[in-house]
Amino acid sequence: MSLLDTTREVMRRDQVWPFLQDHSQEVDISHQVLLYVEGLNLSFDGFKALNDLNLYINDGELRCLIGANGAGKTTLMDVITGKTKCDSGTVYFGQSLNLLEKDEAEIAQLGIGRKFQKPTVFEAHTVMDNLELSLKSNKSVMPTLLATLNSAEYDQIDHVLETIGLKGERMMLAGSLSHGQKQWLEIGMLLMANPRLLLVDEPVAGMTVQEGERTAELLTSLAGERTVVVVEHDMEFVRSIARTVTVLHQGSVLAEGTMDEIQNNQDVIEVYLGEAP
Amino acid sequence: MSSLLSSFMSFSRINGDSRVAPFVVVLLVVTALASFCNLLMPADSVFYVSTYTITLLGKYLCYAMLALAVDVIWGYCGILSLGHGAFFALGGYAMGMYLMRQIGDRGVYGNPELPDFMVFLNWSELPWFWHGMDQFWVAMLMVLLVPGLLAYVFGWLAFRSRVTGVYLSIMTQALTYALLLSFFRNEMGFGGNNGLTDFKDILGFDLQSDNTRVTLFIVTALMLCGLLVLSKKIMQTRFGKVIVAIRDGESRARFIGYRTENYKVWLFVYSAMIAGIAGALYVPQVGIINPGEFSPINSIEIVIWVAVGGRGTLVGAIIGAILVNYAKTKFTAIMPDGWLFALGAMFVLVTLYLPKGLMGLVAQLKDQQLKGEQHKSQKAADNSPNEKTEEGHA
Ligand SMILES: Nc1ncnc2c1ncn2[C@@H]1O[C@H](COP(=O)(O)OP(=O)(O)OP(=O)(O)O)[C@@H](O)[C@H]1O
Ligand SMILES: [Mg+2]
Repeated sequence: MSLLDTTREVMRRDQVWPFLQDHSQEVDISHQVLLYVEGLNLSFDGFKALNDLNLYINDGELRCLIGANGAGKTTLMDVITGKTKCDSGTVYFGQSLNLLEKDEAEIAQLGIGRKFQKPTVFEAHTVMDNLELSLKSNKSVMPTLLATLNSAEYDQIDHVLETIGLKGERMMLAGSLSHGQKQWLEIGMLLMANPRLLLVDEPVAGMTVQEGERTAELLTSLAGERTVVVVEHDMEFVRSIARTVTVLHQGSVLAEGTMDEIQNNQDVIEVYLGEAP
Repeated sequence: MSSLLSSFMSFSRINGDSRVAPFVVVLLVVTALASFCNLLMPADSVFYVSTYTITLLGKYLCYAMLALAVDVIWGYCGILSLGHGAFFALGGYAMGMYLMRQIGDRGVYGNPELPDFMVFLNWSELPWFWHGMDQFWVAMLMVLLVPGLLAYVFGWLAFRSRVTGVYLSIMTQALTYALLLSFFRNEMGFGGNNGLTDFKDILGFDLQSDNTRVTLFIVTALMLCGLLVLSKKIMQTRFGKVIVAIRDGESRARFIGYRTENYKVWLFVYSAMIAGIAGALYVPQVGIINPGEFSPINSIEIVIWVAVGGRGTLVGAIIGAILVNYAKTKFTAIMPDGWLFALGAMFVLVTLYLPKGLMGLVAQLKDQQLKGEQHKSQKAADNSPNEKTEEGHA
């Protein structure tokens, strides 16, 4: 009987081809934590860029990461999004998805969007095409060859254009946008994919004060429905959006708490805020 | 089903601003005229086009197709392949093998099975890879499959390990050089350094007759038009947009979820197949294929054609190939040794002064003209109220 069962199990017709198996990977957030980063170590030629770093991001929160130049903020995002392999440690998305064994494309398809420090949009494409490419859709070769936009997708693009305030620039080449508009377009591209987690690296760098304020509004409005992690140097900006702030220093977490707690934290005052009173 | 149909319909729609449609029309008209003037005009008429010219034109169109292949991969995806001559030659060899088998017992040694060079080498039977090549359809399949497969394997290895830029270009040069060396060897079974030649007929038609020559020319022109339109269409799909996105920001494309290496591999395969088709059409028209076609310098020449015409425009690559090769024909007639210097000079000039090639120049001139006209019409608009007031005074 058990032999028969084993044979049956082995011979199951629906499991012959890997692509027939159900790969739907749901993010399990039963403990309200969306991202677990534990004991992360990474060194570049002996220089420890990440040093036993632990970080937990709750579902739906807006988290600010601050730290001096070279503290490892961008490197942390590189590891989470699969760009750089770490030496040791674990990164889990929800309870069950191990991000360290996935590549960039797969991690993106799981619903982690990333904005680079230097704005990167596809300059030779129109704003519209940039957003179309970022749609959550089947991204393997054959389907894209035949893909066309349906009306729901048009609506979604319109909606995102509205959110990022580029409605009038829809047909403009992305390369001819201003620096701030490129930053927004890149955020818009992330939104198109309907991500669970947004990693945003220095969104207001190079923006005017008004543009920065609008970006702050945009990011705060995203939190709740989505989880947003923002890296930023601009303390004014951080104060205006942050609920929880994490301070990185030399590759590990120095302090965590509300803005007021951080500002009164002795360690932080010494290494970071102390420099610019 | 209906969604499939509608996506097909949108795929086949000819749209807009590109220069593809006018170019196709011009090419077809020229082809028809040249063929007509060759076949129906008496040889002493001023309008007569010699069969030599027809074959020369056919050869240029094969080069144009090759340039199209390089433009697809270099202009749109930024992958500088310096080894496309290899795919061209492989397609040519597949066609050459078929033409060789067509000779039958009309060869010097009169062996119905074996091509002359095998008899000469005292081989007693056909190597395995020559079997079936006497069937036209098998040979045509090989024209596509052999370059395609090589491109797939090469691309899979190179793009998966994320080799890019200069390193990739050097690898493609090494690829074509390795093939050059191996095709030179008699033991490979492709005729050694003499290659394959002395073809008699194709599908039963005499290769020397005017009718066959003109037909080959027309087939080449039609194929070029077809591939041009297909390539343009592909670049207009979302796939094509992803390809350009990879060129301009590969890591961004990865982070929005595209497996860029797969896209690059398939585009590389497509491009290699176009090069293979070009080679297959080239061989019956020039009557020979030998290992010299694999030489690294050939592959570099193709890149220069594309650069001259303007990369990333498709039509530009084709025009570049035709113009440069026309210049080559003229130049080598006057100064046979100087061509490589001229080519080098051309490359330097184009990179320095015409980074977008001839197509870029045309676009720039048009832009200026447009601005000039706007300026004028604005002036006219400014002037007209003045005129009216003057009239009023009078
Ligand atoms: N690929 C790399 N090779 C070698 N060193 C690297 C590499 N990437 C980052 N580093 C080093 O790791 C450290 C952390 O860099 P990271 O870019 O994460 O800093 P950051 O916190 O984002 O700083 P910034 O505020 O300037 O953006 C830096 O000292 C940097 O020089
Ligand atoms: Mg950084």
